[in-house]
Amino acid sequence: MSAIRIEELRKVFGAFTALDGLSLTVEEGAVFGFLGPNGAGKTTTIRILTGLAHASGGHAWVTGNEVTSNGHEIARHIGYLPEDPAFYTWMTPLEFLDYVGRVFHYHGTERSKRVKELIQQAGLEEAAKRRIGGFSRGMRQRLGLAQALFNRPQILFLDEPASALDPAGRKEVLDFIEQQRGQCTVFMSTHILADVERVCDTVGIINRGKLVISSPREALLERYAIPAFEVEVDTQSMAGINQWSESLGRQPWVKSISVEGQVARVIVNNLEVAKRELLTTVNQAGLILTRYEMLRSSLEDVFLRLVEQEEVRP
Amino acid sequence: MNIFVAFRKEWSELLRSYRLLVVAIVLVFFGLTSPLFAKMMPEILKAFPTGGITIQMPTPTVGSAIDQYIKNMAQFGLILALLLTMGTIAQEKDKGTAAMMLVKPLPRGSFVLAKYLGITAMFTVSLAIAAIGCYYYTMLLFEPLDVVHWLALNGLILLYTLVYAALTLFCSTLTRSQVVAGGIAIALFVILAGIGSIGALGKYLPGELVNWGGRIMQGDSAGSWPAFGVSIGLIAVSLLASWLVFRRQEL
Repeated sequence: MSAIRIEELRKVFGAFTALDGLSLTVEEGAVFGFLGPNGAGKTTTIRILTGLAHASGGHAWVTGNEVTSNGHEIARHIGYLPEDPAFYTWMTPLEFLDYVGRVFHYHGTERSKRVKELIQQAGLEEAAKRRIGGFSRGMRQRLGLAQALFNRPQILFLDEPASALDPAGRKEVLDFIEQQRGQCTVFMSTHILADVERVCDTVGIINRGKLVISSPREALLERYAIPAFEVEVDTQSMAGINQWSESLGRQPWVKSISVEGQVARVIVNNLEVAKRELLTTVNQAGLILTRYEMLRSSLEDVFLRLVEQEEVRP
Repeated sequence: MNIFVAFRKEWSELLRSYRLLVVAIVLVFFGLTSPLFAKMMPEILKAFPTGGITIQMPTPTVGSAIDQYIKNMAQFGLILALLLTMGTIAQEKDKGTAAMMLVKPLPRGSFVLAKYLGITAMFTVSLAIAAIGCYYYTMLLFEPLDVVHWLALNGLILLYTLVYAALTLFCSTLTRSQVVAGGIAIALFVILAGIGSIGALGKYLPGELVNWGGRIMQGDSAGSWPAFGVSIGLIAVSLLASWLVFRRQEL
């Protein structure tokens, strides 16, 4: 069974269409990165899936329950962390998590045990009895994750969980998310590609309210890999690199070549031939090689290519 | 039951945010000073230079102390009901705490009802303390009051206050801004006062509860049950409307 299934979801705000027939499936146990530029419809999707907003059209199922009719049932099985989590600032983390535990009908010892467990997991032991009002953004985010995990959710919805944090805070939060792998399905929206590369195993790209692509991360990178190589030569070979690049540019398997100092970047149109021939040409030109690398496409390259393709489509 | 869980949180918030304390202090202050001012007013006025003008002051009576008390409690009860209820849901929507909690299995009806029960508890406790204080001072300065009549009067003042709290709570569900909610509530109060001034319609509105309380203290047995029924109805309709609006609202 899919953890999340979305069919032709639409959301319209006046004249603005936030979601334009979004269809998507997220398998159980996936750490799903929901990528898209600002205003693409990521938060709107999460708000509809968690029951905080209503769709203008289409259908969505979370844990097998349709969002529009089984909101209360879904609420028992999900955890949600909004982009800017809000708390009762007069409470301490212990009190807030205790309140959340009561809402989920945890009783006595079971509740206090779970509160302690989550306080520890969020690294808030020292601040457990301090008012939340004085917390830093990172501490609030960790407490937000702790409250989202209270009921050991089947699906954890995270809306830009690390976007507003400093590098240290981001690492803490991403480590926390990483720990959830295998425990639940994670649906994480973000516009930070490095975060997706770090923790997500499946990626969905959304633009202008439509799904551009959804695929396992590695398959996506392989499919949209830019076949390119970088060749770096010794300083003694600097004089010869330009001549070599000119002759290489005439080869039918080379698409383009650019040289910057001692480094040449070669984009090819036939990867297999390039793998066989490129080093031979370097050798024949008498260049002294210091580095040879087949470049791996980053998620950023793929994201930009796909989003740009969508932008130029009529 | 999630209503108890939500009410427990509301009660803690009333204590920790000092809202209960503020309401109690205001009502107790006016509860205590009502008999005191009624008794001391002639003495206070005597102490001021009158420039040759003779002011005739009636002899202070227990009736004037009660009148003062009713006027103060009704006035400040209404003001506090407006100020402390207008942000109760609007602020939670605006800050995002409502969204944080309502994605969990906390029904929206429980959320709204717990807010109202919290406000009810706050006014009940504060008015009870004020009533006890006023009763004691009136006994010291004038004479003991009829306890049953006194309880009935305060029960009617409480009901009167809770009608306005319920109306304001409804306004708070309509918007994310507590100022806007307060504005709509004031407009509603004005409309209600306007209707009350038309012919005999006032006899059916919450304001009549206060007059009824005054009459009870004078030993008049004529009740204003239609106003009582309308007040209970207004509370019920306000809470139902709040739930209906809030139930489908996007957070």
